[in-house]
Formats: sequence, structure tokens, C-alpha cells
Amino acid sequence: MLRIEARPEPSRTMQLATPFLAVALTVVSGAVLFALLGRDPVVSLHAFFVTPISSLYGLGELALKATPLILIGIGLAAGFRANVWNIGAEGQLVLGAICGGGVALWFWEVDAPWVFPLMVVAAVAGGMVWAAIPAFLKTRLEVNEILVSLMLTYVAVLLLSTLVYGPWKDPEGFNFPQSRMFGEAALMAPILDGTRLHAGILVALAVALAAWLWQARTLSGFALKVVGLAPAAARFAGFRRHRAVWSTLLLGGGLAGLAGLFEVAGPIGQLVPEVSPGYGFTGIIVAFLGRLHPFGVVLAGFLVALSYIGGEVAQIEAGLPQAVTGVFQGMLLFFLLATDFLIRYRLRRVPRRRAAEGG
Amino acid sequence: MTFRTTRRGLLAGAAATGALALPGSRLLAAERVKAGWVYVGPIGDHGWTYTHDQGRLEVEKALGEKVVTTYVENVAEGPDAERVIRQLAASGNDIVFATSFGFMNPVIRVAKQFPKVKFEHATGYKTAPNVAVYNARFHEGRAVIGTIAGRLSKSGIVGYIASFPIPEVVMGINAFTLAMRKKRPDARIKVVWVNSWYDPGKEADAAKALIDQGADIITQHTDSPAPLQVAEERGVSGFGQASDMRKFAPNAQLTAIVDNWGPYYVERVKAVLEGSWKSHTIWYGLKEGMVQIAPYGPRVPEEVRAEADAVKQGIIDGTLHPFAGPIRDQKGELRVPEGQNLSDEELLEIDWYVEGVQA
Repeated sequence: MLRIEARPEPSRTMQLATPFLAVALTVVSGAVLFALLGRDPVVSLHAFFVTPISSLYGLGELALKATPLILIGIGLAAGFRANVWNIGAEGQLVLGAICGGGVALWFWEVDAPWVFPLMVVAAVAGGMVWAAIPAFLKTRLEVNEILVSLMLTYVAVLLLSTLVYGPWKDPEGFNFPQSRMFGEAALMAPILDGTRLHAGILVALAVALAAWLWQARTLSGFALKVVGLAPAAARFAGFRRHRAVWSTLLLGGGLAGLAGLFEVAGPIGQLVPEVSPGYGFTGIIVAFLGRLHPFGVVLAGFLVALSYIGGEVAQIEAGLPQAVTGVFQGMLLFFLLATDFLIRYRLRRVPRRRAAEGG
Repeated sequence: MTFRTTRRGLLAGAAATGALALPGSRLLAAERVKAGWVYVGPIGDHGWTYTHDQGRLEVEKALGEKVVTTYVENVAEGPDAERVIRQLAASGNDIVFATSFGFMNPVIRVAKQFPKVKFEHATGYKTAPNVAVYNARFHEGRAVIGTIAGRLSKSGIVGYIASFPIPEVVMGINAFTLAMRKKRPDARIKVVWVNSWYDPGKEADAAKALIDQGADIITQHTDSPAPLQVAEERGVSGFGQASDMRKFAPNAQLTAIVDNWGPYYVERVKAVLEGSWKSHTIWYGLKEGMVQIAPYGPRVPEEVRAEADAVKQGIIDGTLHPFAGPIRDQKGELRVPEGQNLSDEELLEIDWYVEGVQA
């Protein structure tokens, strides 16, 4: 009989070592998988992990893809630490894209330096408003924020569709569902020549730093943690749960809205029916992979971005089918979570009789 | 005869190509061509992407040693598309086929960075010296199947499962309805939008709902065989989409509109091989064989086959126009008077429905 029991004290060395261990395990089992499929494991792994980052353009793409994941992951992680489950970052991202993009379209012919800052304000406000709905319903009526935030995602996506199929459709676009291309003042220029990387990554890193300072060095950051870990103690200490709900949802919504703006004002350059390939949901994985720590989220954002880009390159360079690249990404997540689990718990062999008595 | 639209950029594009092609383009004739395809769905969708991949395989078969092909499937129409297209261009492909409308702006952007690589974009409207556009007149096939539906429907109600209200889909609904009402003037076409090109679950649910509302024939502008499978189960009939889906519904499939990209792909890759590739905009239909009608199913009686064949032949001969006046819209307003046809330019921008459509 095996029994799972919590370790008294998780090993700090192992906490640092497990991500690398997980990557190593993924590489080994990936090599076996590729070999079984009759592919050269070295070529396949090279395509997955090395080719994507072996050029300046590739590095730019990696950071570009990681930007929305980091922004969203940080916002969500703050909420998850306080037991506030915002599952609707995707919808908040879309609202940010709508509001920021709406400003860009409204001032389409204006070439002024204030256009972009106004778009940022609108996008952050849009994401916050969308997140404020579950916050309001949670604090006033105790409605489950998971359901509300998730359902609002579908509303947001349909709202965007309505706009790009209707009033915001490009008048010269042959009735295809997309807006005009944004004007120069509304676009984010690349910060590195020859890449698509824009200043969003710098914002994401700054946000990570600020989030860490907030959580580690301020009372309100500490209060959030207590609310999440020990609600009774939090009440006793006078930390208000409603405040935690509001602040983390607004933070998560605002950051997701910003991520949405960075997508439409960056690589896309216009409003289209699908502005995100699911960053809001992938952001949940990123938050947990990063162990809900801002710096962990940064690393996790880059790792997940690499696994996606690597999956594309593996299809092109190594001829792997997309399903196999999906399995490979799954293995990476599995090993990360499994090793993480084994730091905190251990399996113990117990004699059958004692187990029965204990049960 | 090759149809050419007067779309933006075409003239400029053609002129520039002429200029560029002059100095010794014959000398560029290659020994071996690398060709890449970007797919929006999985190659196993049995619809749109499946038929493009069949075309790719035909290229391999026709050109053998002289071609190396690559593909990337399930590429979202968002910021990721540009990276995938660029990656294909950067990894040495001489020609890249981007097979979905949403890849248009990414293709144009990448094409600027890789002037030596040829790009082919399906169903869009922007060309460049190294970007050609190709599309098929799917609506011609719809006129044939609409004729069959008009003769075989008992209730006079057809369920139409549609993806997105873009001109291509609107055009198809209209062509189907006009043809059906020629045979059955009181016919009604109930449209359900599933907001996806490929979602077997949603498509099947839509088919069930439409059958419950009295539809005894189901047709679709989405890519999975799920609606036909529902039709087979419920004892109603339907039409295959993009490929012959007989094996999914041996009794229910009356016929299918088959997309046949192979010959075009072979021609274009050969042109790159010979150094004679030029940008163009083509819109091929039944006549050129880019759109085909699958063999009729067991439920289509002899005389109905003859009528359907007559419509097909009429379109091929040019004696029958699928959008010949008089055409009234949903409000009963006369849009195209007797003796006139909707022009190709008008069709490419169409955003209204003909009488009899309940969308």
C-alpha cells in the first residue's frame, strides 16, 4: 500500500531544482516519444528548444508571446493567493482590446502623441470594468466569481464580434469582419530592429517587479496572503475579505486589459474577431507554474511561450504533427506539476494491516 | 477564361511584377522547390483543411523529387499567424500557401520582408508583387445543391449551418436559396450561426435544432461531417461540404460540393520551378474544376440528377448565372432587376440576404 502524506518541511533546494528536473525529464521522455514515432530525437528537440531562440527575431517572438502571459499571470496569481478565482482573464483581455482599439479607431486620422496613452487608459479601464462585475456580485450577493468571470468571457468575445461584423467593420474591407488598420499614432513600434517585439515586455517586467514589492514589502500585500491562507486569522486581524476581492479582481482585469491592448496595438494592428489564442486561460497555467510568485510567473511565461513557439517550429523543421507537439507540451506541464507535488508530499509504503486500521 | 477582379492593388501589383520579372527571371529556374502550407484547422477535419492538404499531396505526387513540402496545421488567425508564415519563409520555402482569410495581413507583412519568396493567399483581396490571391466560386456548387433541395424537400424548410457572416458565406446562402426557390417558391432557409469554421459539437447541435424546427434537409458552410452524421441518424438528408463525405452518411448525403485545389497548386509550384510565377487574382469555379460536384447519393432520383446536371452545365457554359435577376432581398425590395446579374464585384462585398432566408 502506498500512502500520500505531507512532508513536514518542503526542501528549499528541491524547490529550486524541480523546474530543471522537470525540463530534463521532459527532454528524456520526449526523446523516447520522438524515437518511437520514427523521428530523429536530436533534430526534434533542437527544433523545439533551440531553433526558436537561436536568432534575434526568435528571441523577440519569444518575449512577444510571453508578454500577455506574464501580465495576465501576475494579475491572476495575486488573486489566487487571496483565494479569489478569476477565470475570466480572457474576457477582460478582449474588453481591453475593444476599449483601447475603439479609441484607436475613433481617432483614426489623428496623429498625436496623446492617442496611445488614451488607448492605454481605456484598455485598463475596460478590463477593470469587466472584472468589477464579478467583484460586485461576489461581495454583494456572494455569487461565485469563477462562474461569473468565465461566462463574461463569452459575452466579451461576442461583443467584439458584433463590433467588427457591424459598426467597426473596415469600410474598404469587402465586408470582411475586421476593423481598419490602426493609424501610426496608435501602433506600438518595435523596440528591436528586425523583430516584432514592442515595449510591452518592459511593462510586463516592471509590473512583475512592482507586484513583488507590493506582495513582499507592504501590509496590504501581506493582508492578501493572510486572507487566502487563513481567513479566520485575517478577520481577527481586521483584514477585510471584500477589499481583497475587489483589489485582486481589478488588478487582474486591468492587467489583462493591458495585455489585450498590447496585442491589438502591437502584432495585430487592427481589431479582428479573434484577438487572443486563449492567453487568458493559458495565463492560469502560467500563474500556477510560477508558483503564484511574480518572478516565477515571469519564468513560467517564457517557458510556456517557448513551448508554443517550439511546437510550431517542430512542425516546420522536424515535420512533427501538431498533435505530437501538443502531447509534448502536456508532458512538460505534467512533469512540472508532478515534481512540484512531490516536494510537498511523499509517497510512503505502509503495511496493509496498519493502513486498514488507520483507515 | 480567367476572371480578374479590379481589387485594390492588383494593377499596381501586376505592373510591379512585370517590371521585376524582366531581368532574367528565366535564369532563376530552380532544380527543386520548397513549398509550405499554413492551415487554419487540423488536416483531419474532412473539410476545408483536409482538401487543401489533399492538394498538397497532389503536388508531391505530380512533382516528385522536384518538390519538398511542409505544412503547419491549426494556426490561429491572430498574432501567431505572422510568426508561422515568417518561419516558413525563413526556413527556405520558395512558395507559401496561406489557406485562410485571416492570414491576409500577416501574409502581406511577411511578403514585404521576403521579396524573393512567393506567397499565395486563399480567399483574400490584397495582392503584392510576390503575393497572389486565389479563391473558388463555391456559390456555383450551392446553386446545384439548392436545385436538388428544391425538388427533394417535403417540408420546404432547409436548415443551413453557417460559420461567419462574411461575403463568401452570405453569397453561398443566397445562391442556395435562389436555386431552391426556383424549384420551390415557398421554400424557407433557416440559418444558424455557429461562429466557428470547425466545431463538430456545435455543428451537430445546430443540425439537431434545425431538424426539430421542421428542416428535412441540412446543409452547411462549416467543415466537419457532424451535421451529416446527425442527418443520417435522424433520417433526413444533407450535403457534404468541401470534400465528399459519403462515408459519414452513405444514405443521407445527396451530393457534396468538393473543393479541388490540387491542379492549381501543381500549376503554381511548377511556375516557381520554371521561374514563370507571377502575382494574380483568380476566382475559379465549376468550369475550371476548382469546385466539383460529388457523385449523387441513392436518394436522388434520375430526373432530379438531370435537373442538377443541367444547372451545373449551364454555369459551366455561361448560359446560367447563379445570381440572375429578378432578385429580391429579405424585405421584398427588388435588388437586381430582370435581365441583369449581380456582378463579381458586388458579390465579393455582399452583405444582404435574398427573400426566403431566415438569418
